[in-house]
Amino acid sequence: MEFQFASLAEFWAMKGHGPYVWACYALALSTLFYLIDAPRRKHHQYLKQQHALKVAQAHINKSSEK
Amino acid sequence: MDSPSMTAAIRALLRRDLLLAYRHRGEIANPLVFFMIVITMLPLGISPESAVLGSLAPGMIWVVALLATLLSLDSLFRSDFDDGSLEQILISPHPLYFIVLVKVFVHWLVTGLPLALLSPLLGVMLFLPEDGFVPLFLSLLMGTGVLSLIGAIGAALTVALRKGGLLLSLIIMPLYVPVLIFGASVVRSAIEGFPIAGELAVLGALLAVSIVLAPMAAAGALRISVNG
Amino acid sequence: MAWQWFYRLGSPRWFYEKTDRWIPWLATVTALLLITGAVWALGFAPADAKQGNSYRIIYIHVPASFLALAGYYVMAVAGAIGLIWKMKLADMVMKSAAPIGAALTFVALVTGAVWGKPTWGAWWVWDARITSMLVLFFLYLGVIALQGAYQHQATADKASAILALVGTVNIPIIYKSVDWWYTLHQPATLKLTSASSIHPSMLYPLLLMIAGFYCFYALALMFYTRAEIVQRERRTAWVNELVGAVK
Repeated sequence: MEFQFASLAEFWAMKGHGPYVWACYALALSTLFYLIDAPRRKHHQYLKQQHALKVAQAHINKSSEK
Repeated sequence: MDSPSMTAAIRALLRRDLLLAYRHRGEIANPLVFFMIVITMLPLGISPESAVLGSLAPGMIWVVALLATLLSLDSLFRSDFDDGSLEQILISPHPLYFIVLVKVFVHWLVTGLPLALLSPLLGVMLFLPEDGFVPLFLSLLMGTGVLSLIGAIGAALTVALRKGGLLLSLIIMPLYVPVLIFGASVVRSAIEGFPIAGELAVLGALLAVSIVLAPMAAAGALRISVNG
Repeated sequence: MAWQWFYRLGSPRWFYEKTDRWIPWLATVTALLLITGAVWALGFAPADAKQGNSYRIIYIHVPASFLALAGYYVMAVAGAIGLIWKMKLADMVMKSAAPIGAALTFVALVTGAVWGKPTWGAWWVWDARITSMLVLFFLYLGVIALQGAYQHQATADKASAILALVGTVNIPIIYKSVDWWYTLHQPATLKLTSASSIHPSMLYPLLLMIAGFYCFYALALMFYTRAEIVQRERRTAWVNELVGAVK
């Protein structure tokens, strides 16, 4: 099994099919990245938001006790 | 004890829905007018040439019939939902399956059947070849039945939503693909001189499967929508 | 005793805690499979005799298509379990499966179209498989739209489960009818799959990519479900602990 291209420049060009192939791989990579990133972001932001709400609620409780 | 009263219930529901449809008989015109207007737009948007329109006719008439059915589906359960009678129907001891079947049948009588009856006129307007007329009518007759049945599922899912109409179209359209394919191909095959018995049989099979399964799904969806 | 594992499976908390431990392993395996597969596919698999280098797109297109279809069944089965056994976790999995499946279907469609351009000269060809895939995309969008339309989450879950199940019954019918439709209209010889016998040097990277995509799907599903869990279970003690532990 050997590397199919003579140089990295050729690897990039893919005998003229470069734009097509690399566009597809780029799309796939960004989609896969998005599908992992979006839920994790939502997860953390939700926890942070709930935390902030709790803190705010604690403040309100404390000040109303006075 | 249940059997006679179920037949009586079905008959009563049939009578009620037919009466309601008759009282709103002006509304029957709506999908038909839509049908005609869109068909009129085709030559305006594409070309008035008979060759072009004739080749497009089977598919176009089918697609527009499909759209007209979609438009009319929203009202399948909505008026009953709005005035609370749907809830009452759900509490009744009779199987919801037959109730849904009756409602869909009446809906088809006032939308699908008129569409099928009007189709030859539209075929003339679009230069549909002679051999296509009877197959067009037959395919629409059966096909609109399937469309009403499958559409009932979507109508049941969206009946409790305010802006249910567009959402209904979105969720039901992919399910219409097989009916459209076989319905339009019946007409095209007839025009090209091929026997259509097989394709009509497939349409018939789709109709049979929908009659058995669709009301069940619609009944489940109705319970979810009303109780949700 | 035998049913205990089934009911434990239904506990969102159990799922959350287990996935805490599974995710690092799964992520590593996924990355290994995908990177090895992609490098092999791009640089080491021999170019196709007829299509040249553009065929390397199938290493994305085929796995994405497989997962697009499999993902729909995951969604429908999860919906069915949620509907029949009223398992909350199943509902959450179903909701999570929808955007993942839709995104992968989108990738399959676009890569299929881009592949078509250098190979057959057209950006879009209405052939059987791509058309079916497009319909599948709409089925996904329908479920996603329905999820967002209801006030109560429970109603949304049940309604989307029904829609997903109706779609499941229809998918084979749709595929068959589109296939039949296409054979009627097939111009000359236009087949989206190349020769039926695929050379091993081309096959192995494909298998790696397919396996990698399956693992990725599981990983993404876990992340989405976990996000859904903390939201829906926010009133429980253990989630409140999580919230408290945020720095």
